[in-house]
Amino acid sequence: MTKTIIPFGPQHPVLPEPLHLTLTVEDEIITEVFPALGFVHRGLEELAIRRDFQQMIQVVERVCGICSMIHAMCYCQGVEELMEIEVPPRAKMLRIIWSELHRIQSHLLWLGLFADSFGFESLFMQLWKIREKVLDINEATTGNRVIVSVNLIGGVRRDLSAEQMKWILSHLSWVEEEIGRLETTLLSDYTVKKRTVGKGVLTREKAFELGAVGPTARGSGVAQDMRLLGYSAFDRLDFEPVVETDGDCYARSRVRFHEVRRSIDIVRQAASKIPGGEIRIKVKGRPEGETFSRIEQPRGELFYYIKTNGSKNLERLRIRTPTFANIPALLSILPGMWLSDVPVVVLSIDPCISCTER
Amino acid sequence: MFKMTPNVIRNLLHKKATRRYPRVTRPAFEDVRGALFNDVTKCTFCGACAMKCPSQCITVDRKDGKWTYELFACVFCGICADICPAESLHQQGEYRLPLPGRETITLQGKPKHNIEKTTKISKEKNDDSKD
Repeated sequence: MTKTIIPFGPQHPVLPEPLHLTLTVEDEIITEVFPALGFVHRGLEELAIRRDFQQMIQVVERVCGICSMIHAMCYCQGVEELMEIEVPPRAKMLRIIWSELHRIQSHLLWLGLFADSFGFESLFMQLWKIREKVLDINEATTGNRVIVSVNLIGGVRRDLSAEQMKWILSHLSWVEEEIGRLETTLLSDYTVKKRTVGKGVLTREKAFELGAVGPTARGSGVAQDMRLLGYSAFDRLDFEPVVETDGDCYARSRVRFHEVRRSIDIVRQAASKIPGGEIRIKVKGRPEGETFSRIEQPRGELFYYIKTNGSKNLERLRIRTPTFANIPALLSILPGMWLSDVPVVVLSIDPCISCTER
Repeated sequence: MFKMTPNVIRNLLHKKATRRYPRVTRPAFEDVRGALFNDVTKCTFCGACAMKCPSQCITVDRKDGKWTYELFACVFCGICADICPAESLHQQGEYRLPLPGRETITLQGKPKHNIEKTTKISKEKNDDSKD
């Protein structure tokens, strides 16, 4: 059989961001995959040596638009550890509320894009309609829709009143009700199952061996979730990760769908357990030393390495994003698949390319 | 099969999820970080906003009392409005409308130290005239 090389991306209708894959196919079956990255590299890590450590919060928020809050939270946690700052408990809970809202909107965005990848346009529209409500919550409580910019070293910039908290919870009840209506379509529809069940199977051993993270690993039965470390105030909340064992595209979409509900539950718990008091403390001095910070992003484990020498600029900032960790897993599941299944499988790891390239 | 049909019927019977923008707009939420404005009559040209701005879109000429704001470089983080000591910077709930080209806003005011100087000089002059 003759080999044919087909370029997939960087401009492809199914890809929201530019990822290029060189696919070698025999007949319609993929035999080899070679990735190419670097289309949206912006050099944000380099900016660490030009902006001061407090301005870097706004820079790291722009590493990824969809999970901006979580990037800033991870960076702030790292710097606070270096400066030996204890963030007020209220600020910790507020950070959890906003980060979980980000996870909800990110998963709804992904579920919509996933439905779009197998041609289910109306499901895509329905899911994005729900996501709009979460963005409204972000806008009303933080001032911005996506890049919320609420983190500070030493706390948060905005507070939530009791009324606002009630309003958020009523909106989240609506979100929960609406996704409940779409559950049967998304998880048990014949056409959806036909395109996702048994496609791109990643076994538990393979996922562990290749270092897959987040819902990609959890869909294969690896119960790995950074929230279990109890960062911020997660140690005060009752939380268990969502795990599926099949390892196919369907299992990964189930994980994300149920994580939306789990996140709504976390926001409810945080709202009920939120203590009163300060939302920020005054920060004096400059960070010195090196540290790393780990946090759970919607796509998996986010890792920040921060090194400073006591000046106002950082010496080195290294960001390892979850998509970077999931690309080897993606490359291992593509060979042997039909060409027509590539868009669905590529999207199933929730690739965030601008995160990966920074 | 037909799992989506109840949702389709529900959508047909309920009000639309979209609105006819720009004819119909949603009222802005409170404290939204929208368009940034500077009240030059209050501004002391201290330069704190320019120093803290993460995108470095603000430049302040303390000597001449000139405040320059590069619209397209602004990321609407609201840091400048938060830290402004004279409270002359504020963000409105409405967003700026799209523009056909890149624009920079330059505002001319009276720098604080010049105001103090001029008042001092005039006082001295008054004292001279009395003598």
